[in-house]
Amino acid sequence: MTYKERPDGRKFDESRKIEAKVGVIDNADGSASFKIGNTLAYAAVYGPRNLHPRFLQDPSKGILRCNYNMMPFSGSGDRIRPGGSRRSKEISLVTQKALLPVLNLDNYPNSVVDVFIEFPQTEAGSRCAGICAASMALADAGLEMKDLVSAVSVGRVDDQIVVDLDYAEEAYEDGPVADIPIAMMPSYDKITLLQMDGLIQKKDLQKALEMGKKSLKEIHEVQKKALKEKYQGEVK
Amino acid sequence: MDRELRSHIIKLAGSKTRLDGRGFTDYRDVSVETGVLSTAEGSSRVKIGKTEILVGVKVEVMKPYPDAPDKGSIMVGAELLPMSSPNFEQGPPSITAIELARVVDRGIRESKSLDFKGLCIEPGEKVWMIIIDICTINHAGNLFDAASLGVMAALKDMRFPKYEDDKIDYKEKTDKKLEITGTPISVTVLKIGDNFMIDPDIEEEQAVDARLSVATLEDGTLCAMQKGGDTPLSSEEIISMVDLATEKASDLRKHIK
Repeated sequence: MTYKERPDGRKFDESRKIEAKVGVIDNADGSASFKIGNTLAYAAVYGPRNLHPRFLQDPSKGILRCNYNMMPFSGSGDRIRPGGSRRSKEISLVTQKALLPVLNLDNYPNSVVDVFIEFPQTEAGSRCAGICAASMALADAGLEMKDLVSAVSVGRVDDQIVVDLDYAEEAYEDGPVADIPIAMMPSYDKITLLQMDGLIQKKDLQKALEMGKKSLKEIHEVQKKALKEKYQGEVK
Repeated sequence: MDRELRSHIIKLAGSKTRLDGRGFTDYRDVSVETGVLSTAEGSSRVKIGKTEILVGVKVEVMKPYPDAPDKGSIMVGAELLPMSSPNFEQGPPSITAIELARVVDRGIRESKSLDFKGLCIEPGEKVWMIIIDICTINHAGNLFDAASLGVMAALKDMRFPKYEDDKIDYKEKTDKKLEITGTPISVTVLKIGDNFMIDPDIEEEQAVDARLSVATLEDGTLCAMQKGGDTPLSSEEIISMVDLATEKASDLRKHIK
């Protein structure tokens, strides 16, 4: 055993502190915030609404459009130039793929559901936080959904499998690191987002996924609780 | 905008009231929080009614502009995020965003409240550049006043990071603050029909004939102005609008510590 202790004292299967809130942006049709450690995501849903330009329209169903964006002051290093990067475009794409399986947009031909995910501050795990916030915002918008989507990163630091890597762990230099963001439909036990950077053996990947599932169950509960909190008293 | 709604707003104004029942010179509830973001060197969250914005300050070390080799500078940007309003679109900054950022920038820059020479590290070589970004969370009108208030609050909250061997260590903040000698505050006065009002909501902003943003200092000195809207103003009207803006600025200034 060489990786004995996490920099912030967490257990290996323990995520950072999570706070979730639904209904944080008045103008949006649905909205939520999701904070994990120092990473904070806002998500706002607009739609289903008309889609322009028209050539993007699908006459058989509505489409889902996701946009991941870091605010200029949200990185701990230099200011981030506004306007999107190759990285943010790719994350927008995988976020859309992660959320689409829970939605049914068959009743909204030629329309779009826009999901805007914004980060006021980040410290590792932002795409997962964004997906968690977005799925709560979609539910808040009243869209037909099979399940929520919950997301967290798992991986290995040296010889240890861990959940929810922070910056220090992603940058660990005394041994190999693997960072594996995953998103799941918890009620179906199905994975909708999987990426990986780093080195890992197959058996460790299996262990990591199992550890991730356990953590995602907890995150799923936090998301459900936040949704219920907003609608408490409204539903009879 | 919808003509019926516009004539309704003007008719209401004739009986000295507004859509939400406020008086012409009443702000909605204003709140200012500072130190709300851990990744920025200074930050604030401003709410005016249902309008909410975040302001973050980052710093960089740059080569000074050739015409001011011993001065640092500030840069203000505004992001009208599509998250915050169904009418904001993605893409390069719109003219609305550019005007907002420039009006806020001038209000601070021209007040001479910031000592740009104090931002010099090595004349002709290295100066601090203070970069302030305004991001909208929810747009329910009056971004001008919210942004100007938020930027002042975030600048006062700012602490320089450690700078050593030509490198900024963003992780280590020092106790060093910006030297700020005054608190310029901008108030936007609207003319709708024959009435002057402040703190418009979205509908009132669309019904506007003319608007005037006025930045003032504690002693009533004016430091920047911007007229907007399609209708011309008389000089008497401008003076009344300036009076109202100056009076309201002193109320808003109380929210800045």
